[in-house]
Amino acid sequence: MAKQAPVLEVQDLRTYFYTRTGVVKAVDGVSFSLMPGETLGIVGESGSGKSMTALSIMGLVPKPAGKTVGGKVLLDGEDLLQKSNSEMRQIRGRKICMILQDPMTSLNPVYTVGNQLIETLRMREDARGHGLKERAIDLLSKVKIASPETRIGNYPHQMSGGMRQRVVGAIAISGSPKVLIADEATTSLDATIQYQYLQLLRELQKDTGLSIIFITHDFGIVAKMCDRVAVMYAGKMVEFAPVRDLFNKPSHPYTEALMRSVPNVDEEVDKLYAIEGQPPALDKLPVGCPFAPRCPYVFDRCLHEYPTSVTVGENHHAHCWKLI
Amino acid sequence: MAAVTSVTTTATRPGWLRQMRTKTRRLKLPWIPVAIVSTLVICAIFAEVLTSVDPREINMLEARMSPAVISEFFGGADANYSWSHPLGTDVMGRDMLSRLIYGARTSVLISLVALSFGMVVGTTLGLIAGYRGKWVDALVMRFADAALGFPTILVAMIIVVLLGAGMLNIVLAVMLTVWARFARMIRGDVLAIRELDFVTQAKIAGVSAHMIIARHIFPNIVNTLLVITSLQIGQVILLEASLSFLGLGLPPGEAAWGIMVAEGRTVIVDVWWLSLLPGLAITIVVLAFNFFGDWMRDTMDPKLRRA
Amino acid sequence: MQRYILFRGIQALFTLWILSLAIFLSVHLTGDPAQYLLGSEAGRTEYEQLKKNLGLDRPLYIQYIDFMGDVVRADFGKSHILGRSAREVLMERFPATLQLASAAFLIALVVGIPLGIVSAVKRDTPIDMFAKFFAVLGIATPGFWIAIMLILLFGAILGWLPTFGRGGLDHFVLPSFVLGWAAMAGMVRLGRSSMLEVLDSEYVKFARVKGLSERLVIFKHALKNAIIPLLTFSGLTLAGLLNGSVAVEVVFAWPGIGRLMLQGIQTRDFPIVQATVLAAGLFYILTALLVDILYAYVNPKIRYE
Repeated sequence: MAKQAPVLEVQDLRTYFYTRTGVVKAVDGVSFSLMPGETLGIVGESGSGKSMTALSIMGLVPKPAGKTVGGKVLLDGEDLLQKSNSEMRQIRGRKICMILQDPMTSLNPVYTVGNQLIETLRMREDARGHGLKERAIDLLSKVKIASPETRIGNYPHQMSGGMRQRVVGAIAISGSPKVLIADEATTSLDATIQYQYLQLLRELQKDTGLSIIFITHDFGIVAKMCDRVAVMYAGKMVEFAPVRDLFNKPSHPYTEALMRSVPNVDEEVDKLYAIEGQPPALDKLPVGCPFAPRCPYVFDRCLHEYPTSVTVGENHHAHCWKLI
Repeated sequence: MAAVTSVTTTATRPGWLRQMRTKTRRLKLPWIPVAIVSTLVICAIFAEVLTSVDPREINMLEARMSPAVISEFFGGADANYSWSHPLGTDVMGRDMLSRLIYGARTSVLISLVALSFGMVVGTTLGLIAGYRGKWVDALVMRFADAALGFPTILVAMIIVVLLGAGMLNIVLAVMLTVWARFARMIRGDVLAIRELDFVTQAKIAGVSAHMIIARHIFPNIVNTLLVITSLQIGQVILLEASLSFLGLGLPPGEAAWGIMVAEGRTVIVDVWWLSLLPGLAITIVVLAFNFFGDWMRDTMDPKLRRA
Repeated sequence: MQRYILFRGIQALFTLWILSLAIFLSVHLTGDPAQYLLGSEAGRTEYEQLKKNLGLDRPLYIQYIDFMGDVVRADFGKSHILGRSAREVLMERFPATLQLASAAFLIALVVGIPLGIVSAVKRDTPIDMFAKFFAVLGIATPGFWIAIMLILLFGAILGWLPTFGRGGLDHFVLPSFVLGWAAMAGMVRLGRSSMLEVLDSEYVKFARVKGLSERLVIFKHALKNAIIPLLTFSGLTLAGLLNGSVAVEVVFAWPGIGRLMLQGIQTRDFPIVQATVLAAGLFYILTALLVDILYAYVNPKIRYE
């Protein structure tokens, strides 16, 4: 696996927002790579830049305030940031696709799900018109929707949340992309449906060799789904590790704190652990490590210098002065 | 940890004055609208102080004098003006400046009274409809829909047929449409608040309905109330002016901006300032209130932005 | 869908009934029509005679049944001032108002909606600034005043357009612009905000993620959703047009029902007042009903209930 070329490689990605109060560094020098068939988890609190990283890769940073100002996004060796809008449109949906957070609102309420599936198929099929409906029905059954022949004529509000999310999944894989980004894709579903959905994604991945980037704040999902994990804080990736290593040996104080804040059934705890303080405002980042104001191990150096990457184990790195 | 806290506090410890200043600056108060609204209110309250001329005093010898502030600089040799009437006089020789200032009083008075009544009635009904739900809600909302959709002019005309023209009738006509806007918005808020835990808690504790409304729900709708009110003032002033213009309100000759525009209409070509000035006053004041209302909405309740 | 339309239809009838009741009460309960007609100098016997002739001495509910019968037959009696049947006068004047209101409504729709949509799509560009300025001004300026100012400018000073009465197409320009402006401003504002909201929605984001072309994203996915609130609003706009048409008709001496209504009130001509208020109300209620049905048609959530 290590010998294989990564399908997606992100290098020093920077996306800034220019607001009246200053420059918000939503994504501030993010680098990672994604192997074929691999699942990478990106975890962090809300506002840590996870979603913005995803949108930057897709080339859909909200304009005009936001702009990707630096870095490279190499998909099969081609830099997506250099592509024109129309070139990107060819890539979106076909080579890389994304599932958004909220299944309730990801589908347009005024069109049938069939309409929305077929319009996606039509873009990429040379065969115009005929057979599209059959393909759409096929896709719906692939995501395990019962009686797809009738469901295809349904409007989104006639379906349950879990079913809508499956339709979104069907649309996302309809162009057989190489990379799928799932942004908090299961957060709004209840536990059983969430489980079924994750199961489905894994099956699809097994069938198609899809690489998945899973953005979440739920360590349970990370443990179940991911091969490797990146932890984000204040626009930066602070720790990078294979999933087992991260759970066994969280190295960055922030990861450690995140793990402790997950309630554990097996342990008897009197009190839930919460990380003290708030994430920093991204337009007023401190000079040194952004986690320093909340870090229990903080010392002088942390306040002045951003930590370099420290290798903690095989494929396991963290940005923290404490580890040196 | 301790070291960090001290660093941040020493770095950004403002004096209370600076704190006040940054606070007002962060509010981004819209200065021009605020100035206009203040001027209007000052005119309304201190009309007698600001001008010693009676707005109803007819003086045919000084009729149709053009505004001195314009004619002094642009008027031809035959321009008839005097600095004792800086904004000129109307066809009856009444002083325009004085009429405009007293007109501000009329506007403010009528709008304020109508709006207050509308607010009280609308809020009460909105609270009851939202809290009681079911048929009470359905009934109130049907009436609100009818009142909202129904052309105000028709309402005003029915009232005039009923009671005759007069100030009270303008107030009534305005109120009859304004209450519905309050009722609708407040009801929407109440529907959401009603489901919150502290209300359920109070119900479980056996608190009476009107106590729940007064103690638990009302404090939570005050923001909405302020926002709707500030957004409505401009519309109410405009409505009052239209009704006055049509002669459905105060008797002719009274100092009201709508009446003044109407008086200038037939002589617009010769005595152009007669309609121009009060109309300009209405536009500026309504604009100011609208901007102020928008600002209120954005600062107090960003959720309402879409409404 | 059928249930929805039925429900709305019943609601429209209900509103109409409330209106007719208000008119009946305003004429028969609070004032005394006989008194109005005769003036205060009339003698006692004369007054009683007229009351009897008008049927005002009968119990109120009988009068009401009579009145409802008249309303259903659209028989409002004879105008005291014009000496003709109020229905006749109404039918004569109604087309003028209908034409003016339609022209204004058309202007509001054709200019207002696209301007609002474009303003949202091209947010913060000069065209957006222009649209916002235009809308803000349209909502704040009194129509009757703009009308007078335009008469001064285009009629008196430039002499380009007729400012008085009904006639050829050129007669329509000023009145329909004035009447349509406020409505147009409202459409621009609402169109802009609803389009902005839709553009920010997840389904538009997802449509982009899918790789749809910008044309499809805007015209297929965003537009239809953004139009839905505008439809409801256009119903309210009609009410606004009826409001404004009274003043506009008065200023431009347009021979429509708005002016007729005002004249009726000034001269205490009750048959005319009844006829015009009911006609205006009916016109408004019917259009609102039509808009509701259209709304249901566009919005699948209601259509499939």
